[in-house]
Parts: sequence; C-alpha cells; structure tokens
Amino acid sequence: MSAAATTIAHEAPPQSGPRAFIRRLTRGDELAHLITLVFAAGILLLTSMIVYELWINSHLSRTKFGWDFFWTRIWDPNFDNFGAAPFIYGTLVTSAVALIIAVPLGLASAIFLSELAPRKISDGISFLIDLLAAVPSVIYGLLGIFIVVPLMRTTLGPMLIHSVGNVPYIGALFRGPNYGVGFLTAGIVLAIMVVPYIISVSREVLLTVPREQREAALAMGATRWESTWQVVVPWARTGIMGSIFLALARALGETMAVTMVIGNAARINPSLLGPGDTIASTIANQFTEATGDLYLSALIELGLVLFLITFILNGLARILIVLTERGGGHPS
Amino acid sequence: MSSPRLMWRKSLNHVMLSLTGVAAFGVVSILFLILGYLIWNGGASLSWSFFTQLPKPVGEVGGGMANAIVGSLKLLLLAAVMGLPVGLLAGVYLAEFGGNTFSFIIRYTADLLNGVPSIVIGIFAYSIAVLPVKHFSTLAGGVALGIMVIPITVRSTEEFLRAVPGSLREAAMALGASKWKTIATVVLPAASGGILTGMLLALARVAGETAPLLFTAFSNRFWSQGWGQPIASLPVMIYTYAIAPYDDWHRQAWAAGLVLLGLVLLSNLGARYILARTKVV
Amino acid sequence: MRKNILIVSLVLAFAAIVGAEGTIDLNAAGATFPYPIYSKWFDVYHQQHSNIQINYQSIGSGGGIRQLLAGTVDFGASDGPMSDEQLAQAKFKILHFPTVLGAVVPTYNIAGVTGELNFTQKALAGIYLGAITKWNDPEITKANPGVKLPADDIVVVHRSDGSGTSYIWTDFLAKISPEWLSKVGKAATSVNWPVGLGGKGNEGVSGLVKQTPDSIGYIELIYAVQNNIPYGKVQNAAGKFVKADLAGVTAAAAASAKTMPEDFRVSITNAPGATAYPISSFTWLLIPAQIQDATKRDAIKNFLKWMLTDGQNYNEGLTYARLPKEVIAKESKAISLIQ
Repeated sequence: MSAAATTIAHEAPPQSGPRAFIRRLTRGDELAHLITLVFAAGILLLTSMIVYELWINSHLSRTKFGWDFFWTRIWDPNFDNFGAAPFIYGTLVTSAVALIIAVPLGLASAIFLSELAPRKISDGISFLIDLLAAVPSVIYGLLGIFIVVPLMRTTLGPMLIHSVGNVPYIGALFRGPNYGVGFLTAGIVLAIMVVPYIISVSREVLLTVPREQREAALAMGATRWESTWQVVVPWARTGIMGSIFLALARALGETMAVTMVIGNAARINPSLLGPGDTIASTIANQFTEATGDLYLSALIELGLVLFLITFILNGLARILIVLTERGGGHPS
Repeated sequence: MSSPRLMWRKSLNHVMLSLTGVAAFGVVSILFLILGYLIWNGGASLSWSFFTQLPKPVGEVGGGMANAIVGSLKLLLLAAVMGLPVGLLAGVYLAEFGGNTFSFIIRYTADLLNGVPSIVIGIFAYSIAVLPVKHFSTLAGGVALGIMVIPITVRSTEEFLRAVPGSLREAAMALGASKWKTIATVVLPAASGGILTGMLLALARVAGETAPLLFTAFSNRFWSQGWGQPIASLPVMIYTYAIAPYDDWHRQAWAAGLVLLGLVLLSNLGARYILARTKVV
Repeated sequence: MRKNILIVSLVLAFAAIVGAEGTIDLNAAGATFPYPIYSKWFDVYHQQHSNIQINYQSIGSGGGIRQLLAGTVDFGASDGPMSDEQLAQAKFKILHFPTVLGAVVPTYNIAGVTGELNFTQKALAGIYLGAITKWNDPEITKANPGVKLPADDIVVVHRSDGSGTSYIWTDFLAKISPEWLSKVGKAATSVNWPVGLGGKGNEGVSGLVKQTPDSIGYIELIYAVQNNIPYGKVQNAAGKFVKADLAGVTAAAAASAKTMPEDFRVSITNAPGATAYPISSFTWLLIPAQIQDATKRDAIKNFLKWMLTDGQNYNEGLTYARLPKEVIAKESKAISLIQ
C-alpha cells in the first residue's frame, strides 16, 4: 500500500515556514494566486486614484458650496454659482428611461437568439449587434438628431400627450410643450446604445446553461416558454444582471449622444418631453471652454457626484439581487 | 387532454415566444437602419484617397484620413496591450481565487469604473500622462482607452469562467493538475469564446470614444511618429468634422464612421479566426 | 508562436522609428470658430516650408488657454481675449495677435415668413431674456412692417457647449441691455441662459432651428453662408439695420482700429459707424512673449509675418473678413516683442 502511495504522491511537504512558502510558490498555484491578486488590486488602486484626483481638483467648489451643491438648482458660470440638482435629476431620469426600454427589449432578443433562432443565424445576428457597440457616440447623436428628434416632435410626442397625458398622475410625465429634444428622446437614444451590451452578454450566458436544465423542465411537462422563463433565465440570472450593470454604467456616463438630443436646459422638468441635461453631458460640453478655477472645480465636483450616484445605484441593485435570491442558478 | 389551464399555458407560450421574436426583429431593424444610414451617407465619400491621404483644408478636393485610420489602430493596440491583461487576470482572480469580501469590493469597483464618464477618464489620463511630460502623446491616449477597457473585460472574464462546469475542473485535478495548470489549460480555453466576446466588446466600445482622446492623444493633421506625439484618430476626426460648417467635411465624417465600423468588424473577425485556429479544447 | 512575437516586435519597432528628420513640429490648440481658416493657413504654410509642421486642434477657446498655461502647446487661440485674472495666472507673458474677423447672425424659422426680418437691439435682448415671448410682440413687428408675424410662442435656441460664438453673442447683449448685464452677466463662453434649448455647435443650433417651428438661434456667419441658411438683419449702434457681410464686419473693426489698445484685447461689438455690423469680433492667437527654442521662435514669428500679409488673402474665400490695414500695421510691429 505505502509503496503504491509513494509512487504517486510526493513525500509530505513541510506545512509552514519560509521553505514551505517557496515550495508552494514554485509549484505555481501560489504564484498564480499572487499575480492575479495584484492585478485585481490594481483595479482598486486605479479607481481610488481617479476618485482621489476628482476629490483634490474639486476642492474649491466643495469648500465653497458644501452640501448645498446637491440641491441648488442654479448653474451660473458667470456669477460663479453652481448647483448640481438639475443634472442629477437628468442623469437619473434618462438612465431610468433607457433601462426601462432596453432591458425588456434586450432580454427578449437575447432569449430569442439563444433559445429559438437557429445557431448560425443567431451567431450572425449577434456578431452584427456587437458592431453596434462600436458606433461612436457622436454618430448616435447625429442619428438621434436626424431621426429620433423629428419623430418625437411630429409623431410620438403628440401621441403620448393625447393618450397617456390625460391619465391622472402618470399623465404629468407627458405634458407639452414638445420640442422633439428632451429626456424621453435622450432615453431612447441611450436605450439603443446600451441594448447591444445586454443582448451580447445575456445571449452568451444563456447559451452556457446546460442542456439538462431545459430538458428536465420540458420532461416535466413545461411549455417552451415556461422552461425558458422559469428555469433557464434564472440559472443565468447573475450573468444577465451583470449585463444590465454594464448597460446602466454606460447610460450613466454617456456624453456625446445625450448632449445632442436632450435640449441642454439646466432645469428640472417633470415632463419627460421637456428639455434637461445630465452630469456627463454638462461636463463634456463645458469642460474644454471653462477657464475660471471655481468653474473648473465645480465641473470636477459634478464628476465626483456622478461617481457617488453610480456607487449608490450599484449598491441598491446588489441589495435588490440579494433580496430576490430564491435559490436556483449557480452561486455567485 | 386540454383543460383551460393548459390552453392558457399554450397560448402564453406562443405569445411570449413571438414577442421575443418581435423584439429581436426590432433590434436588428434598428441595426440595419443605422448601418444603412452610415453607408448611404458615408459610402459616397469612400475612395482610395480617403484611405491614403492626409486631411486637406476645407475647399480642397480630396484629402483623406489615412493618419486617423493608422492612429485608431495604434491607439486600440495600446489599449489592448495595457487593459486586456489587467481585465483578464483580475477576472481570473475573481472567478478562481476569490469568494470573500475582497472580491466583492473588486467587483463593485469594476462596475464603478465602468460608470465613470469617458471625459473624466480623459481628464485623469491627462493629469497622469500628459501634464508631467508637458505634451500630448499616443501613449497617453492608450492609457485613457486602456483604463476604459478593463471593467467590461473583468466582468465578462469572471462571468464566463464561472460558467465552466465544475466537473471539468474536477476532472483535471483528478488527473493531478495543479490549480493554475487547470485554469490555464482547461478552464480558460473552455471559456474562451465568451471571454473573447467580452474583450472585443470592450475594444469596440473604446474604438468609438472621442472625449478621452481630446486631452491625451490630442489629434494631428500630419503623420505621427513613434508613440510620444499627438496622433489623429477616427472618432476625433468625426467629432471635428461633424460640427463644422462644410458639407464636404460632413460627408467625410460619415465615411469615417463607416470605416471605423469596418475596422472593428475586421478585428472581430480576425480575433475569432485566430481563436478558432488555436483552440485546444 | 515565436514567429508571431518576432513579427509583432518588428511592427512596434517600425512604428516607433518611422519619422522624418529635421522637422519643426509645433502644436497649437484653441478656438473652433477660426478652425477652417487656420487649417488652410497651416496647410499652405507647410507646403511652402515643408520642414515646418503646425498641428492645430480646435478643442475650444478655454481649452486653448488652459493648455497654453499648462505648457502642453506652443501657442493657443481664443475667440475672446484673455482676462486680466487669466493673464495673471500665467507664469509667463502672453501676447495677443488678432488674425481674422468673424460675425454672429440670428437665424430663425417662422411659418409663413420667408423674407429677412429686422431685429432691434431691444428685441434680441428681450427674446433671449425671456421678456418677449411671442413673435407678434410690438418690438418685433414695428421693425418689420408688412410682414405677417404669428401670435406663436418664440422657441429660443442657444449653444449648449461653451463657445466663442456664445462669447461674442453675450458680449453684444451685455453691451446693449443693462438688464442682461445684471441678470446674466458679462460676456462668457457659457452662461446661465434664462430661457431656451441648447444645441451643440453651430450644427446643433441650426439643426434645431430648422426643425423647430417658431424658433430663433444664433450661428456664425460662415456657417450660415456655407449652408445657405437665411438670417436676419440686426440694428447697429447707429440705428441702421445691417445684414452681416464681410464689408460690414471689416467696417466694425476699422472703427475700433484707431482706439485699439497696445495688447489688442478689444471688443468690437456694437461698433460705431453706419455700415458696421454690430455682432462682430476679432479672434486671437495667443503667443508666449518668450520662446526658448530658437527654431520654434523663428518659425512662429515668420508665420505671423506671413499670416498678416499673404495669409489674409485666403480670408474672404472662406467667408472671414480681413483685418483692417491699421491693425495689421500695429501687429507687424508687435511681432518683434516675441523674444
């Protein structure tokens, strides 16, 4: 017995001490652990450096305005009075609209491409959808101006005002005047921009769900849809949520496309058809021309505020995931 | 046997599945609309001179974006070299060695990084790569884009590594492979399709970014030598030309958009081809 | 695998080495307004002096000033002169050199109105302050007898991005309207607009105006001419309604030439003179007074000399107005200040 054991296993190595460490190192596992750890920590370092830079460079503005920066509704470069409220509102509203449109659309498309479409067609279409991610945001902006804005102004806007606009409570979201540019238009353009991320990643994740899962459900008498919705999708839940995080992040930080179709009014407007502005769009528009120190500092503080918003939204989303964890799906 | 409940389930099945088809059809139509628009507006300006000549001032016929095309390629190369390994290895850590609070923090941070507006990344890269040396450079542009590539790569690498069935790992270990060897020779290849998708998605995204390049790579009307000089790039040219008063420049902007898509398409195809050739599993 | 590594390293090395010897490379950044003429000038100059490459990028007047102050570019360009605070911030002396003249014009889109509208100074200020809200307001109709203006709300369009064009427009409004000056402030590339929608760039503004009925916006003259966009007449300081053209712009500059300060930082909006177009402006190159590198210094000085003589011949072709003779003379003398 012991003879057979020694031909396969090494003699028992020392369990602790420097020689043990070197031995584990040369065996590769420890090294791999160390190297990958360093790179993972590198991300933390990088992000911390960015936050640090944002913090330092917004010093002037932070000390002058303090917490008021969050709810002051005025943005006046001439009189050096800056407040982020309209932009926080715009960022949240446009991202919400974008996700409300993109998530159902993207998830449904991903389900179609992974479950129903023949593999070759699915691969081909998915390949083309990946290309959408490469279209520069400037071009999305131009397309927004040439196609979505007129559509909103002449057709979609009036339609919404006359139908949903009369419903109590929700109707307040769809009041005139309607210029074509505004929160809804920006949300639509953003939705088109982030849908490729959702489709691409979700499709790939759905494809990795083992056949046995689907077959088990079908064997128990489930319809195709029931098998998909109640077994396959939950299994891929973390990957799908991941793709939604990607989409959310892109929506929050998008500059060029949004700035061309949102109307750029530094105001809080309850109607989705009204003009507004987002944090990223404001920074992009005004950074190159800003020369006053306080002005620059206020713009950088806007960047810091966006970071905070992303932080909070990500946290809320993660809490949501934990709360809805019903089991099923592989552990994360 | 058909009871009302079964009929309901069957019709729900049909309705929902058709809806997914409608959604996919809708998205694909939008895609073709965008591509069609680009081809329609930009196709006319594509010519041999577009690919080989330097930009000409307004009013002069011809002129192209040869330097911007090369510039975008160089910048993407730098971004890939700097950002993809970081994303890949960090993703490996999260999937294979992680599982504690530290991993949670890294994951969270990667998502945060993804949400930073590209112009803020550009400002950051400006302060660390341009100000200290007091000049714009290709390298600084590569740094900015490299930072942006990391979050998507990390996310997808981790996701697809996790999707590899445990049975595969266990089989390798049962044969005596150490952990890192398992990862390198079994798990990574198994997940390579998805990981590559993530990487290509990340590169596609940064290929079209303008804001981070304005303060780092700047731009250049002439050829850029080496890696330490300002360099032209397709997105910045599109941005400059699109907001100019001249129709000729507008058409060139559309053409540049088309070429950019073409570049991404080619690198996508190329990468997938190489992967298929070297696939072991 | 090894072959691939070899190929990749060769490509990288090649990319690093390729380059011409002996070129003088200058980097400059700044205003978007004169970008077309600057790109023309630098290109022509390069053809005449093939060893000098001037790379100018239009990242915005503010960007140009900041990059100049940070030392990352050799010289800058701005549509508005640097303020005293900005000049004080610089660690070195900066000289202003006017290069061309431009103008900003009001463009509009009103159903049924095809001719040119006359805008009094009060009308423009009132519209942009939000005080005048309808097209058939007496202030507008009294200047346009015979034109049927609807009783519709005016949709105001301004620039969303900071820009020299906004600087010129707000400079004009601040001069002619004390209410504007107190409420919105002095000339600036970005202000807190009392009313209206924002469009990005001239393209954005003109696009919005074209698409939105009953709207008004302001764009550069060149842009309007190049794209055949109709624009209105503006009342000047002498009370006459002037349609912007190169002659009117040069007239505005000529009126100020005699009283121009030594450092050329002057605003020529609302200039005196019957033919002067009131919303005109210089645009400036910002050159450091001391340039260490002798080759760069000579290249810049020679370029400036060329710009003031041969260069001006290209202006009109691109719809920029020439500098008045008196200004050119003063600038030629100022070139010697660059050491």
